[in-house]
Amino acid sequence: MPVKRAEKTPMPVRDPNVRAHDFKEVNEGYCFAHAMFEAERCLRCQDPVCVEGCPVRVPIAEFMHAVAVNDLPKAAELLRSANPLAAICGRVCPQEAQCEKNCHMTTRFGPVAIGHLERYVSDWEMSQPQSDEVKEPWRKEKIAVIGSGPSGLVCAGELARMGYPVTVYEALHAPGGVLRYGIPEFRLPNTILDWEIKQLERLGVTFVNNVIIGKTLTMDELFKEYGYAAVFIGTGAGLPKFMNIPGESLNGVYSANEFLTRINLMQAFEFPRAETPLKVGKRVAVIGSGNTAMDAVRSAMRLGAEQAMVVYRRSENEMTARIEEYEHAIEEGVEFHWLTNPVEVLGEDGWVTGLKCVKMKLGEPDESGRARPIPIEGSEFIFPVDNVVLAIGTRPNPLLVKSTPGLKTHSWGGLLVDEREVETTVHRVYAGGDAVTGAATVILAAGAGKRAAEAIHHDIEAEAA
Amino acid sequence: QFVIVRVREGGERIPLTITDYDRETGLLTIVVQEVGATTRRLGELGEGDEILDMVGPLGEAPEIPSGGHIVGVGGGYGSAALLCLMRELRDRGEKTTIIIGAREKDLLILADELAELTDNLEICTDDGSAGFKGFVTERLQQMIDGGPPGYPDFVISIGPMPMMRAVEKTTRAANVACTASLDPLMIDGTGMCGGCRVTVGGKTRFACVDGPFFDAHEVDFDEAVARSKMYVKEEQIAAECQRAAHREEAA
Repeated sequence: MPVKRAEKTPMPVRDPNVRAHDFKEVNEGYCFAHAMFEAERCLRCQDPVCVEGCPVRVPIAEFMHAVAVNDLPKAAELLRSANPLAAICGRVCPQEAQCEKNCHMTTRFGPVAIGHLERYVSDWEMSQPQSDEVKEPWRKEKIAVIGSGPSGLVCAGELARMGYPVTVYEALHAPGGVLRYGIPEFRLPNTILDWEIKQLERLGVTFVNNVIIGKTLTMDELFKEYGYAAVFIGTGAGLPKFMNIPGESLNGVYSANEFLTRINLMQAFEFPRAETPLKVGKRVAVIGSGNTAMDAVRSAMRLGAEQAMVVYRRSENEMTARIEEYEHAIEEGVEFHWLTNPVEVLGEDGWVTGLKCVKMKLGEPDESGRARPIPIEGSEFIFPVDNVVLAIGTRPNPLLVKSTPGLKTHSWGGLLVDEREVETTVHRVYAGGDAVTGAATVILAAGAGKRAAEAIHHDIEAEAA
Repeated sequence: QFVIVRVREGGERIPLTITDYDRETGLLTIVVQEVGATTRRLGELGEGDEILDMVGPLGEAPEIPSGGHIVGVGGGYGSAALLCLMRELRDRGEKTTIIIGAREKDLLILADELAELTDNLEICTDDGSAGFKGFVTERLQQMIDGGPPGYPDFVISIGPMPMMRAVEKTTRAANVACTASLDPLMIDGTGMCGGCRVTVGGKTRFACVDGPFFDAHEVDFDEAVARSKMYVKEEQIAAECQRAAHREEAA
């Protein structure tokens, strides 16, 4: 069958010269013919190893088959049964390190484009008419979910499906967590997120914005005054790390969180129509190599930077971003400076003028298993820049922990959980996602939310019995 | 402590200090000085109007040592932020003095309310139209020099950046402990953006979650002042847009 030997069908993308100047989605999505052809490439392995690479265990082989025979309702149902955020994950998952990595086609012809097909099926689903009917929960035990990022959304959705009345509390004025404030429109349009949240509302989930648990309400109040039977903490890892190098507080230096929040949540790219400003100069250096760094540097380009560059102390091999984001960034003209470590932000009259860096070389692997970067003496040099954006990681927010007696964390701030990896040190308080693991991916958070929902259900049933 | 407010769709999130609250009725009192686009918009609201979003309370209450003579210094709208604090100190039975200052008599706020919370309310105006003629720091200096109502043991400083900086200088020279309530630019108010970072004792701290009160003698005021001016130009653009919108409405 010659079809199966074909290479992976590329995702149609918008012209880099055009897309680098607006915030519209880069990937255009497969058309019908692409999808049929690509689904047909799946070998229908007896032992679908792709599924093992998926943190939420999407029944990939079955859903591929449904697409191949053009039964999209069935494909959508299969997908959604395992992944309540399929339209999002089809866009932001690092498939190359998960399902597609395991695909038997990978070594010779390139993997089946599982992610692209996930997106195709979700986009089809979104285009279908739906009723406004909202499901009524049928169980009496109320559950509170703190945080409306990926883990919270999935946990809420799974519990609602089991019949529990679920309320999701969000600190910001709009739900979605990092999906809202972190990931830009050109990668994940807000309309997609809104649609996913709407699905959860149809399942009976209630969203309450502008409530900070630990400040507006305490954990104790959730149990005693509001009568929740269990609480899930999905507060993520929202606290930006700084490098603690001189000049970091100069005007024009942003954490990636601030930079992206101003753009994504506050829509600063529409200033002054949207009233939150953002200053982007002609030359922008983004420090880091993860997806957040790619999002920041590509956003800077879209906001008028003529020279947008990534500065990273390790090499291309150690880069942590999704390969697609990296490729798109290169196409759009982003510069990459590997083995380059910033040592000082230079400024004049309180404003950034340059970034002093030192060249690095790679040594023996460090505790993370990656080659340790070592500074090359005397190799200091200066990039003249107007902005510096730090995308060097985040850690869990201590706000809730500080106000909740008995809630214990690791020394780096991640919540301690039981051997099931879901229950915290406080009875009936569960947690998942970045709040437990430190900054990771959407899909790992989704998987944790799902696991927690199952554990909550199990524990409530066990208590009732 | 403070709340974050967003007045309308497309609007900024801005932090505003809580002046007073009533748990029974759920009433929250906020005093706002119209300085930027969002505060002007708040000023345009009338009775019964709604604010789109509000979240809080945020920030930590300051630790004020018991005993001794505690002096609260409020400049301009900073007086409003003193109200809650000074009431708590009165309830604790502390010996207090409140110094409030403004350019002129008409700009003084909450003088009557504050007078009820302390035995010594000192009013300062730049032009002498009420109380002491001069800056709050000059009045504070008199007290440090032995004038009534006595030497300050602890100073709480809330007001515009130049005032807090001056109060810090005055108290440092006399070796008097001083806490200042910083109000840097903020977005989320939960520690997420780091936009409100201030250098305190050589360390980066977030005013939203670690503050807003910090040991004034440890604060890098130069940096804080520079950072507060980051969007001066954008403020002007926003103001011009507002004026244009008003003209359009009027026409």
